[in-house]
Amino acid sequence: MSHVSFTVNGERRQLDIDTRTTLLDALREHLHLTGSKKGCDHGQCGACTALVNGRRINTCLSLAVMHEGDEVTTIEGLGKPGDLHPMQAAFVKHDGYQCGYCTPGQICSSVAVLKEIEAGIPSHVSADLNAKPGVTAEEIRERMSGNICRCGAYSNIVEAISEVAGSQA
Amino acid sequence: MKFDTPATTNPIDQLKVVGQPLDRVDGPLKTSGTAPYAYERHDVVANQAYGYVVGAAIAKGRITGMALDAARAAPGVITIVTAETAGKLDKGKRNAATLFGGPEVEHYHQAVALVVAESFEQARAAAQLVQVDYAKAEGAYDLAAAKQAGVEPSEGSPDQKVGDFEAAFAAAPVQFDRTYTTPDQSHAMMEPHASIAAWEGDKVTVWTSNQMVDWATTDLAQTLGLPKEQVRIVSPYIGGGFGGKLFLRADTLLAALGARAAKRPVKVALTRPMMANNTTHRPATIQRIRFGAGRDGKLTAIAHESWSGNLPGGEPEDAIQQSRLLYAGANRLTGNRLATLDLPEGNAMRAPGETPGLMALEIAMDEMAEQLGLDPIEFRVRNDTQVDPANPDRPFSQRQLIECLRQGAERFGWDKRATKPGSRREGRWLVGIGVAAGFRNSMSMPSGARVRLDAAGVVTVETDMTDIGTGSYTIIAQTAAEMMGVGMDKVVVRLGDSSFPVSAGSGGQWGANSSTAGVYAACVKLREAVAQKLGFNSADTAFADGQVRAGNRSAPLGQAAGEGGLVAEDTIEYGDLAKQYQQSTFAGHFVEVAVDAATGEVRVRRMLAVCAAGRILNPKSARSQVIGAMTMGVGGALMEELAVDKRHGFFVNHDLATYEVPVHADIPHQEVVFLEEADATSSPMKAKGVGELGLCGVGAAVANAIHNATGLRVREYPITLDKLLDRLPDAA
Repeated sequence: MSHVSFTVNGERRQLDIDTRTTLLDALREHLHLTGSKKGCDHGQCGACTALVNGRRINTCLSLAVMHEGDEVTTIEGLGKPGDLHPMQAAFVKHDGYQCGYCTPGQICSSVAVLKEIEAGIPSHVSADLNAKPGVTAEEIRERMSGNICRCGAYSNIVEAISEVAGSQA
Repeated sequence: MKFDTPATTNPIDQLKVVGQPLDRVDGPLKTSGTAPYAYERHDVVANQAYGYVVGAAIAKGRITGMALDAARAAPGVITIVTAETAGKLDKGKRNAATLFGGPEVEHYHQAVALVVAESFEQARAAAQLVQVDYAKAEGAYDLAAAKQAGVEPSEGSPDQKVGDFEAAFAAAPVQFDRTYTTPDQSHAMMEPHASIAAWEGDKVTVWTSNQMVDWATTDLAQTLGLPKEQVRIVSPYIGGGFGGKLFLRADTLLAALGARAAKRPVKVALTRPMMANNTTHRPATIQRIRFGAGRDGKLTAIAHESWSGNLPGGEPEDAIQQSRLLYAGANRLTGNRLATLDLPEGNAMRAPGETPGLMALEIAMDEMAEQLGLDPIEFRVRNDTQVDPANPDRPFSQRQLIECLRQGAERFGWDKRATKPGSRREGRWLVGIGVAAGFRNSMSMPSGARVRLDAAGVVTVETDMTDIGTGSYTIIAQTAAEMMGVGMDKVVVRLGDSSFPVSAGSGGQWGANSSTAGVYAACVKLREAVAQKLGFNSADTAFADGQVRAGNRSAPLGQAAGEGGLVAEDTIEYGDLAKQYQQSTFAGHFVEVAVDAATGEVRVRRMLAVCAAGRILNPKSARSQVIGAMTMGVGGALMEELAVDKRHGFFVNHDLATYEVPVHADIPHQEVVFLEEADATSSPMKAKGVGELGLCGVGAAVANAIHNATGLRVREYPITLDKLLDRLPDAA
């Protein structure tokens, strides 16, 4: 067991926790923030994506005790029913989800993707590594490819993200 | 309500709410992470312990010994359950293999132990300490090798012979004879199978993820030897199923057994790497297709034979069923052969039968059109039928296949298709377009619902129907709103609980039509009860805007309920309309691909589906069903294959890094068109289903587009680049 303290959705949390516990299980099993999903538990599906210090990570690939002092934002921290984040609202409008299990990860990832593009971070499909990448459908699809949606809502998800980004899919 | 004559005008035809592209009502919950899935129910019962499943390390044989002492002594361990300690277990009638193995092992990763501990980490660590000794037995794992021993299956579709295929084929001026293969596929839904079980005396409640609540309840009761009344299944949110959660599976049984042994609630989830071999999969097929045709392009002889394998007691993959109905032709031969294989259990995956069947048949149609020198759409048009080819007195209730193809052709720019394959080039890309017919039968299932009306005019629907991402919550709310004349904000829908009336459940694309028809039936009764309560003549009572009106009398709906409320319950049941009419759904699938001339990389650039599937209850959620299915079709065409280890008998690529499914970068913008239809023979809703239709034919449309782009035919799915590479023009 080990002690760790970090901030989750703006709230300071302290845990005495098994060193083997992933950040994902700390959120789901200890803090009962079950919006972050366990689809594979080894970094292959993206359902557990949350934001740590503003960047997206697979929370299943990270141990909770590694996050001393970190700021974690989960899907619950983005918005709630009745007060949805613009990305959450766009997913509803464009039906960018079906079973809903990958959805929190898709949304956390998409919020981070737009920040990454804004920050000028290139991707595999960026034509020029030194130029600022555009918010194109191709860039969005490439950057979202770590978030699997087996229901196949991709076409709608890209439209939701594009609308929030103010561009055309 | 017995539905035994075609529907006439009814309140659904108003289409004020039904038929509208409303946002799904579960959207805010799902997008905010507040919809509760099975493993997350911290709210339902306290003191949950963690179960971790140990899977068999052999495919076939016996357990000769289990050393559990080290695991029992590990920190946090509460109990370990094995088949030996679990007590006598029966088997649900829908399971071929038992869900808890030992001493016999029937397939790889069959559950053989459950370790229960205080924490997930402790249970997982202790599970690694369980030592199992096996005596391996010889097994059959290779379909191609086992094929010759295949027999006509005792269940499912028997062989069908119409006319004299052999003679007609021999006499045909144009003959075609090809064999195709489709691989084993995995549902790979995002939410692993998961359950929390809690006992209260001799009654067990399981919060789980299951498409068919009543099947799970029945089969868990049978397996545990309990009366059904002592089992409650709760499954309100399901993180994908695709057929993989149709049946009672090991997570549910083991959670119940673990909780009984631990004397406290236990939660169990399958790990991702266990899912492919522990649960069911879509079985591989080998399919031989023969056509005989005149030079006029009319088929005179059609044969479709399919071989698949399964464990003893399992059924074949019924890949031939669409070939009995899709095209005209006087002389026909169709049949399945089932071989015994000792791989994990094969069972339904989205559009079982038609998915692999059309992957083969619709390439064959493309090849035959080419052989005849006909356009592939024109060839299909010439062989259309409006009746069951084996029984011309039995018409299709509706069949707009030609319209799907023609309208799709116009929208997709079919006239710009290069008639000479391999002749359209854009830089390094070879570009082609392909078409395939989509076909899936529309089945109906009895479905019950209970509707409650309260004094505030709120209508609450309760049914054990499930929403696996399909939109059930929304279309059921739309149905109740239309029937009772209230807004969507006055309807509450509660699903997925075995204490509610038994519904159709989610499978076979019957869910939408059947479950809403059940809600319709219950609402008809509620309308009668309301009219009676208000003293209105029920025949001319109208329900609109939260008001009930008859003649010049009017009252708020809630007034009828009074303080005590009103409750009505009914089940939709069906007569023999499905025997009188062939009820099916149709699509034209169009795909454009670009194939890298040097590497064989295939990129899907455009996709269109034109669907004719009865009344569309919610065009937004129905479209999502179709695009999702089209995405799965791309997976089946290009990447999905469970690789069989033919020596040791298991699926090697049993996770999401190695069993590849489409990701964002693989899927372009997708277009879906629904033709105007309302099928009065299907139910009072006049709807059918689209969730499986959207997949049927897509794989072949991709394959045909690849052929149009490259001139190369690949008849073994998936069409990976290694199957193209040595024949590409730019390959070194």
